[in-house]
Amino acid sequence: MAMAALRREGRRFAPLISSPNPINAIRSTLAPAEEQVGLGVRSISTQVVRNRMKSVRNIQKITKAMKMVAASKLRAIQVRAENSRGLWQPFTALLGDTPSVNVKKNVIVTISSDKGLCGGINSTSVKISRALHKINSGPDTECKYVILGEKGKAQLIRDSKKDIELILTELQKNFLNYTQVSVLADDILKNVEFDALRIVFNKFQSVVSFLPTTATVLSPEIVERESEAGGKIGDLDSYEIEGGETKSEVLQNLAEFQFSCVMFNAVLENACSEQGARMSAMDSSSRNAGDMLDRLTLTYNRTRQASITTELIEIISGASALEG
Amino acid sequence: MFRQVAHRLLTRSTTNHSACAAATILRPYSTDVSTDASSGDSAFVEAWKKVAPNIDPPKTPIQFMEPRPPTPSTLPSKLTVNFVLPYAAELSKAEVDMVIVPATTGQMGILPGHVPTIAELKPGLLSVHEGNDVKKYFISSGFAFVHSNSYADILAVEAIPLDRIDPAQVQKGLSEFTQKLNSASTDLDKAEAQIGVDVHSALNSALTG
Repeated sequence: MAMAALRREGRRFAPLISSPNPINAIRSTLAPAEEQVGLGVRSISTQVVRNRMKSVRNIQKITKAMKMVAASKLRAIQVRAENSRGLWQPFTALLGDTPSVNVKKNVIVTISSDKGLCGGINSTSVKISRALHKINSGPDTECKYVILGEKGKAQLIRDSKKDIELILTELQKNFLNYTQVSVLADDILKNVEFDALRIVFNKFQSVVSFLPTTATVLSPEIVERESEAGGKIGDLDSYEIEGGETKSEVLQNLAEFQFSCVMFNAVLENACSEQGARMSAMDSSSRNAGDMLDRLTLTYNRTRQASITTELIEIISGASALEG
Repeated sequence: MFRQVAHRLLTRSTTNHSACAAATILRPYSTDVSTDASSGDSAFVEAWKKVAPNIDPPKTPIQFMEPRPPTPSTLPSKLTVNFVLPYAAELSKAEVDMVIVPATTGQMGILPGHVPTIAELKPGLLSVHEGNDVKKYFISSGFAFVHSNSYADILAVEAIPLDRIDPAQVQKGLSEFTQKLNSASTDLDKAEAQIGVDVHSALNSALTG
């Protein structure tokens, strides 16, 4: 019966891995176990602590392996993300950057990951998307979501279900390439009416730093409107348009091309950030497991030595009782 | 404290990994994503602070870009070209004499001091002239922007140096697509076959011309 109680205690230990004060929890829950054992059983069992140590050691190995995997994936995708950085710069040089543009139909494209265990990047993207939604939804403007990735979908579907236009998942199943992203962009452009598209993603700055970024792509009508109003895109009129029948046709193609280029870069950067965040999350998890293992080892040794001491005392007191 | 943790993370990772992984982690960011001193669009930051004062506003692309130089008063002698593809930046701020791009209205030559233009490109030959050196690429479609400060941005989806193209394959492809065009029934098939024919005949003329 004492063993059953100990087993029950052991099962309660499992979710304690991420608790803030594991050491107090272990001490407090092991102490009653020792008391219960002292009633009838001879030696205190170190089995509980040993089982716990085994599971923590396994977890440490798994998280270390996950970190290595994320590091190798990061290496591969970082090169591609950095090479694609030149792609959006000409558009920003031509059309400027206007995140504060005031339009009727806003669409927020949130890019998130499909898999978890990658730190806080998905929550950051969702927070930024929600704030952008608040800024841009007013009495005569509307704001919709297009979500890429399972994690963003899980978070946004809870409170903004009616605002979600399109959900796309499993982007990284095949190797990410421009063709796939341009098909995706085409999908979005066909099915969603927009005046301004705001793409929210995490830009990869370094392995430990990811900057949430929002890139704005305007529809051709809004580009015309803004260029007439002056301001940042003011000198668009001074550009000669070559090719196509009319200026609006070329601007339409330009907007679509801009969207697919910016999306390509955004998707790659977000994938990079995901791998980097997973690396640091798994690293801190393995370190935490290592610390926990050290503490458990101390507890184990204490328990073991206490049981040896108890045995010795019993033997010696028994021997001295026989003599005297 | 956070910086120490980050530093510990980095040093710990380097001691635990092999050389190549360490190289990744220690490698400083090779392309310029320097966060600009400017805090971006001030109207946006203001609107953000009203709605979400506790969250930092997100960065915008203009903060990650080096600002372009203003239009010089005298005509510059060289054209600065950025030729970018989704997979690489072929030419980045290369100073050249002239570029010839295949616009939809025909081959267009761009010299320093060209009037600002937005040109849609069709599949064809792009040549970059630098002194006596001419580099030729066959590009799929894209866009070319010429700015008033003699900066030219050429964006294409694919670009191949001419010497890597096999003329036999081009001929084969051309005949294949012409056949498809003749036997195409739906509009979509016809459009696809037409695109194939256009690209292959452009390839042909690029190789011969």
